[in-house]
Amino acid sequence: MTINLAGQAISARAVRRSFGEHIVLDEVDLTVAEGTIFSLLGPNGAGKTTMVRILTTLIPAHGGEIWVGGHNVVTDPDAVRALIGVTGQFSAVDNLLTGEENLRLMADLRHLSRQAGRHRIAELLERFDLTGAARKPLSTYSGGMRRRLDLAMTLVGNPSVIFLDEPTTGLDPRSRRTMWQIIRELATDGVTIFLTTQYLDEADQLADYVAVLDHGRIVAEGTPAELKRRIPGGHIQLRFAGSDALRAAVSVIPNAAPDDDQLILQVPGDGSIASLRRVLDELHDARIDVEHLSIHTPDLDDVFFAVTGHAAIEPATRQEEKALQL
Amino acid sequence: MTSLAYTVADSATMLRRNLKHQLRYPSLTLMLAGFPIVFLLLFVYVFGGQLGSGLGGHGAEGRSAYLTYVVPGILIITVASAALGTAISVATDMTGGIIDRFRTMAISRAAVLTGHVIGSLLQTLAVLVLVAGVSLAIGFRSHASALEWLAAVGVLTLFALALIWLSAALGLAAKSVETASNTPMFLTLLPFLSSGFVPTASMPPGLRQFAEYEPFTPVTQTVRGLLTGGPIGAHAIAAIVWSVGIAVASYFWAVRLYNRRRAAEPN
Repeated sequence: MTINLAGQAISARAVRRSFGEHIVLDEVDLTVAEGTIFSLLGPNGAGKTTMVRILTTLIPAHGGEIWVGGHNVVTDPDAVRALIGVTGQFSAVDNLLTGEENLRLMADLRHLSRQAGRHRIAELLERFDLTGAARKPLSTYSGGMRRRLDLAMTLVGNPSVIFLDEPTTGLDPRSRRTMWQIIRELATDGVTIFLTTQYLDEADQLADYVAVLDHGRIVAEGTPAELKRRIPGGHIQLRFAGSDALRAAVSVIPNAAPDDDQLILQVPGDGSIASLRRVLDELHDARIDVEHLSIHTPDLDDVFFAVTGHAAIEPATRQEEKALQL
Repeated sequence: MTSLAYTVADSATMLRRNLKHQLRYPSLTLMLAGFPIVFLLLFVYVFGGQLGSGLGGHGAEGRSAYLTYVVPGILIITVASAALGTAISVATDMTGGIIDRFRTMAISRAAVLTGHVIGSLLQTLAVLVLVAGVSLAIGFRSHASALEWLAAVGVLTLFALALIWLSAALGLAAKSVETASNTPMFLTLLPFLSSGFVPTASMPPGLRQFAEYEPFTPVTQTVRGLLTGGPIGAHAIAAIVWSVGIAVASYFWAVRLYNRRRAAEPN
């Protein structure tokens, strides 16, 4: 079988994998175009990490065909390894070495010359804001610094395809923003990025293309805009000062959903100026005062809910949240 | 570079990493050296007078005779205890995140293990020098020629290599670092059930047969013969056969475990 792989950094066909009886990946197809950010989105246990481990030659698939950078991962794993960089979910740094020594180790294993290695290490330390801590042991590093070093180590060999498995899980909001910035810069340099995340806003912020993985299957894919367009959920939310006003509003805007307790009315719509003006005109004509107005466009949370039938957050977490609220 | 050159270069990189670990955290090396030194002092100064009388001397004379007898045994137990460090460092590596990074890089498969094993071998030799130094300081004297010393070092190195590969395999087989630090413990027990501390002739039947045929006895007897005189005979051949046998079997076991780990571990 010959397959045209032109312009494709990653191509996976009908990938299957199980652990014992448990099927983790069930006929997964995906294609990642060169120089783009691809996000595999899914809750914990969806099979994201397993997919990354298969694509990065760590574990074999039980079926399907996979090419990375035009090389088959089964027949030519070393060619794949030579051009990928992987930053896994768990920190892959040597805790007994300093930051600089960790980078040196990578430079040696990538067979860079002494001079080229030194140059690259200085450049990465600078870029990841680690120059000051370069000679300090990793025990003094914060979580964000370790993550940055981890990614810097991945970049030593100038990989053309980078796999990032939940790169911001456990980071504080500021470190998260920094990581996003770094990822965007990498993409600007033409590197292909395969990103897994359970954060919908992360995929929304970064990805050119998103595939939603749930129970080992791709349940939806497209650009974030396409996915959002495909599902309902856009509405205008109006809040009123009293129940009289709310009832009056329901009578002039018939297809809206009122919430009597919170004095809120949800009006379905596409979020366009015209539809907004129409609603406001009707309320104005009926002399109904609106206390507060907000426009809700569908986000990937809505997408996730629509395509999987359950929310992105695990049930256990939701129950915990409920318990906390009570 | 050819693939062999890459293998050598990658192994050297991993060896440097391993030596850096040892230098930065010398406590493990010191612990590995401390154990046989404590045994040396304990056996010479506490038990030595009494045990020496069984070797035909009395009082200070007996202690001196026992020192001469026990030093080869202490050198062997040094090799055994130093090998424990390999299981710990291999298991620490395998349970950490960095091994996955190595596996996604185009580096020689053998390099990670080779780096550990050669690093441990150098560590063992350093610890042996330390223990030999303490032995000499408390009065151990050898009449061995330079060639006999060299041969003794060769026998110890070969045996160390065997035990280190075995320990590396045990470290790979262990699910946690704690298990890895416990399973090779039997290696430090076996020297006591050999001719290392008392002649096997003084042991009850059964134990005596075991002691005569287990690998630590021929290795001890060969080193003893080389350093303090006395017959070596077939022990030298047995020592080499045991060492090579353990090394080769453990090497294949370790490599198999290392490669198989790739397919395991659901997450």
